[in-house]
Amino acid sequence: MPPEPSRSPAGPARVAWWRNERVHRVLAQVVFLLAVIAVAGLLYANVRSQLRARGLTTGYGFLYGQAGFPIGEGIEYHEGDPYWYAFLVGVVNTIRVSFFGIVLATILGTFTGIARLSSNWLLSKLAGAYIEIIRNIPLLIQLVFWYFAVILQLPGVKESVVLPGSIFLSNRGTALPLLAPTAAFSAWLPFAAAGLVLAPLLWRWRMRRQELTGRPGRGLVWAGGALLGLPALGWLVAGQPFLVELPEMGGFNYEGGLILTPEFTAVLIGLTVYTAAFIAEVVRAGIQAVHVGQKEAARALGFHPGQTLRLVILPQSVRVIIPPLISQYLNLAKNSSLAVAAGFPDLFSVAQTIFNQTGRSVEVIGLVMGSYLAMSLFTSLVLNLYNRRVRLVER
Amino acid sequence: MRQRRLLRGLATALLAVVGLLAWSGPGEAQVNILDKVKKRGKLICAVNAKLPGFGYLTPQGRYEGFDVDFCRALAAAIFSDSGRLEFVPTTAKERFTVLQTGEADVLFRNTTWTISRDTSVGLDFGPTTFYDGQGMMVTKKSGIKKLEDMKNASICVQTGTTTELNLADQFRKRGVPYKAVVFEDADATAGAYEQGRCDGFTTDISGLISRKSIMKDPGAHVILPQVMSKEPLGPAWAHGDNNWGDVVKWLVYGLVIAEEFGITSKNVDEHVNSKEPEIARMLGGDKEAPKAMGLDPKWLYNAIKQVGNYGEIFARHLGPGTPFSLERGVNDLWTKGGLIYAPPIR
Ligand SMILES: N[C@@H](CCC(=O)N[C@@H](CS)C(=O)NCC(=O)O)C(=O)O
Repeated sequence: MPPEPSRSPAGPARVAWWRNERVHRVLAQVVFLLAVIAVAGLLYANVRSQLRARGLTTGYGFLYGQAGFPIGEGIEYHEGDPYWYAFLVGVVNTIRVSFFGIVLATILGTFTGIARLSSNWLLSKLAGAYIEIIRNIPLLIQLVFWYFAVILQLPGVKESVVLPGSIFLSNRGTALPLLAPTAAFSAWLPFAAAGLVLAPLLWRWRMRRQELTGRPGRGLVWAGGALLGLPALGWLVAGQPFLVELPEMGGFNYEGGLILTPEFTAVLIGLTVYTAAFIAEVVRAGIQAVHVGQKEAARALGFHPGQTLRLVILPQSVRVIIPPLISQYLNLAKNSSLAVAAGFPDLFSVAQTIFNQTGRSVEVIGLVMGSYLAMSLFTSLVLNLYNRRVRLVER
Repeated sequence: MRQRRLLRGLATALLAVVGLLAWSGPGEAQVNILDKVKKRGKLICAVNAKLPGFGYLTPQGRYEGFDVDFCRALAAAIFSDSGRLEFVPTTAKERFTVLQTGEADVLFRNTTWTISRDTSVGLDFGPTTFYDGQGMMVTKKSGIKKLEDMKNASICVQTGTTTELNLADQFRKRGVPYKAVVFEDADATAGAYEQGRCDGFTTDISGLISRKSIMKDPGAHVILPQVMSKEPLGPAWAHGDNNWGDVVKWLVYGLVIAEEFGITSKNVDEHVNSKEPEIARMLGGDKEAPKAMGLDPKWLYNAIKQVGNYGEIFARHLGPGTPFSLERGVNDLWTKGGLIYAPPIR
């Protein structure tokens, strides 16, 4: 390669502006920006002209029209509500199933990841088999399996399986007792809130004492005491805050109580089981990334295996685990778009119905992409904040 | 050095963009579907794959049904060969997209003609080939006799259909609350109903009869007598191509007129030199109209010869001897008290 004249060691010779590296850099940015704008403009113009040529109108005004189609479940909705509200019902459904899916998948995944490394041969092999099988079958097939082959195979409502605690399982859903607030609820609420606020404060205080004095702080006892004791006190003072509402058999299904639909249950189980397998691998990798010396040192100090894991290994592996875990959470939320296979009205399924009924493909796809993007950005924002916190305690 | 390479790359990108811009101009021009079909050498027809009698992919991998035969007749009219044809299977939800994107030329798939589809969805509709209405299927065991008995019942329904809209309207009108369970695929909708997830399954009555024929225990289900809507089913294509519209429309009309005159696939040759002027015109005597559309003068002869007239298509897939044994009823010729009517060929 011939040497660049402007960089020649001959000294700060004046260079013409078109050879000036700074100018090049600015120019490159400008050209790049223009190219991006041109491509965007081209896409926009093309979409517009194509839609026009096909006699399709554009714009978001249609969102105020009456939706007119039913949605299986979700926040209160009537067929006369506008399209944008129907879409919102789908968004809330997606958030609901993703949120519970993330919580459950994290728990199941963490246990599986730890089990995978267990010295118990059977346990470790079982965890391994679970991970391999689940990761290698497409999620869509798993959802259809959970819905049609498992949940819908439950007996009909009239022959529901009754579990202790008034829980009824059938192919119409899971009916659970619901805690319905009574008149005393608002008087009781401050006690519960106080317990909720006090518990972590007490915990932190006891832990600090433990560090200072070296005596066990019994943080769990203190925090747990506040968490349970204060609401109990509130109950005594204000009266019973909840009434247990039991599901009762109506004409076609259980009414009253809390009813989890088969569609929601199938999608939740499917997403949880699938994502947990990936999270298990993330957890395993995170644990293995902690140097063995740490474990040996903990043992030498007299920690038993449970303590070693909880107090030495996990806190260190969390730093390795968080970033890939974020991607798993985002995957779960995005994978929930397959929910329609099990009849669950997530945002994608509602959007497709709107798209089909109105013909506004571009607008609806734009809305869908925007919603997933917003949810993903929000999730990663929250977790990145947490990530920054666990990184800060690094010593 | 790196900078310069970067600059060169960017310049190339910019040129490509400018080129694209220049090229995208003709995108606005109207597409002529018939020309496109002829150039391609085959017709692409969007159909149902899961509705026995109307559009069904047999285990042998062949498409069969009432709607499918109209595709074959159209291919015969364009190419003198009913086999120059490719099928695109579509669900209710996908069917309009394949027309809008040009992936398929025409849709023959138990599709209801509605004002929103004809306008804002960007389609055009041809003559109704099957007059239908929406029905409700329930199990005999349930004891449900009318829609009013279905308070708080779960109802399985397919998305992307007029069905889901009518369901909402009809139950709202009657003040009967219900729970919809919505699927995107016919097998899932009917399957969930069969497994007991829903108390009712609703779609076009023809669709109910068709799906009933492939249920595990067809005798366990009944269709309620109430008809919930008007469902005129017919062909559709992307809005704006008038000539293509003429081709599809007159193909359907031609097959109806053939039935009126008693011209069938078996006896069409005897009619070619008919003394009846309209018959002679439609079987090759009239050169002008086919030419204006861009078709061979023998276009209708070929369609009738290779596929049959409207009545033959109906009998073959839906009539006595099929699992459905549908009466012609409103789908009989206007001369026999039905609604099937065609303007004259002259
Ligand atoms: N005629 C109605 C309903 C047509 C329809 O899609 N019916 C369903 C219910 S049987 C069907 O054919 N599904 C087959 C599939 O999607 O594969 C419409 O045009 O919206």
